[in-house]
Amino acid sequence: MNDIFEGLTQAARLVVTLDADLAEITLRSLQVTVTATLIASAIGLPLGAWIAVNRFRLRRIVIVVLNALMGLPPVVVGLVVYVILSRSGPLGVLGLLFTPTAMIIAQVIIITPIIASISHQAIRELWADYHDLLISLHATRRQRIATLLWDGRRALMTASLAGFGRAIGEVGAIMIVGGNIDHATRVLTTAIALETGKGDFGLALALGFVLIALAIAVNLALHVLSGTERGSRW
Amino acid sequence: MTFKTAIAAISALWLATAAGAEELKMAVTTSFANSGLAEILLPEIEKDTGITVELLVVGTGQALKLGEAGDVDAVLVHSKAAEEEFVAAGHATHRREIMYNDFVVVGPAADPAGVKAATAATEAFAGIAAAQAPFVSRGDDSGTHKAELKLWKAAGIEPAGDWYKAVGQGMGAALNTAAGMDAYILSDRASWLNFENKANLGLLFEGDKALFNQYAYLPVNPEKHAHVKADAAKALEDWLTSDKAKGMIEGYKIGDQQLFHFNAEAM
Repeated sequence: MNDIFEGLTQAARLVVTLDADLAEITLRSLQVTVTATLIASAIGLPLGAWIAVNRFRLRRIVIVVLNALMGLPPVVVGLVVYVILSRSGPLGVLGLLFTPTAMIIAQVIIITPIIASISHQAIRELWADYHDLLISLHATRRQRIATLLWDGRRALMTASLAGFGRAIGEVGAIMIVGGNIDHATRVLTTAIALETGKGDFGLALALGFVLIALAIAVNLALHVLSGTERGSRW
Repeated sequence: MTFKTAIAAISALWLATAAGAEELKMAVTTSFANSGLAEILLPEIEKDTGITVELLVVGTGQALKLGEAGDVDAVLVHSKAAEEEFVAAGHATHRREIMYNDFVVVGPAADPAGVKAATAATEAFAGIAAAQAPFVSRGDDSGTHKAELKLWKAAGIEPAGDWYKAVGQGMGAALNTAAGMDAYILSDRASWLNFENKANLGLLFEGDKALFNQYAYLPVNPEKHAHVKADAAKALEDWLTSDKAKGMIEGYKIGDQQLFHFNAEAM
């Protein structure tokens, strides 16, 4: 219990004094994960909608695979991205290994299936409601998907936030492809792993509490911005 | 238009963290990074040479692998045999000794294996094996792990059994495990002194010549990897072997103990 209490007080002190290192790794955590979430959403949301709206032969298999990929082990994703981006790998010339870009790539791979899967689920139900209307309006396929994405935006935000949540707390993949380099690729989760390794549980826990607070703050901010929970509406 | 505000905020965030200056990637061992010496040296290196050294903290085995693949510009590790092999294979242009420290045997203060009374490191290890006292091994092909295996071999013991626990992790994580299990462990002195979760553990054995731990610098061969920053690696080597580095390395202390001894020779 002592360590937890120390962690809380240390977290409070770091935040109140606006510790420069803490601000830096927190911003980098946000930068990497927000970028990854935006890219993964740009791929995953239309993909989920497309699968919901279209009927094709391998649809069931695609859905099963997508659901299975939600459990993709980050450490394996990290390793695969690492091998590809390594100087001796196929994309080595790009020199991307141990950069924030490599971390973003790994996180996009991890969370795109989650976002696609959840959005597929949400759009499918919406599609059942809208099906007759959109067909009778002679909406093109593109228009149908656009309408569904827009009208289902609240559920889709949940999909994106689920992806964000997985990515912001993820350490296995970004540790491998980022390398946890101070002032370059160190983020909150890798810093926590580092401090645990040093046996400094107080600081590690403090960073952990900051991470949790950050995830809550981002979710809260998005809900306020998009007005999902206004009093006048259920 | 809240969406636009959000996007504007995010793009501002993105731009805020762009970096500049010449960067050099160096793979170092966990024991070096955990010692805290890096935090003292790196700002001075940046001030004197303009090079931002980015440290990748891994075990010696992985550090050499990174150098071999060309993913780092230089390597600073501590496992002579593996290093010489690395140079012989042409992955590095040469090997330059920088400094040394030593390993220590850490274990439960009660000392059930009688390590404290040992007169040699091999004797201490033999005592642990005879008592079947829990022993945590790095098990990660790091320099410390290799040094440990060498000691077992010198003691004529094949470590195996319930008491021998290979965790496959860095020095800090292995020390955490040892602290949790009240086990013996071989650690470099710097990591041990800097470790903050000592629990019941204490330093039980030190000072044997077999525990000597040499660190060497290996610049990655630009003939194998054209993108390697050979000039910066050379500048870093010159700095690390300079009188200024000597003063800072010799002067680095935790408590009253000097951690590293500079022994680079002029070339």
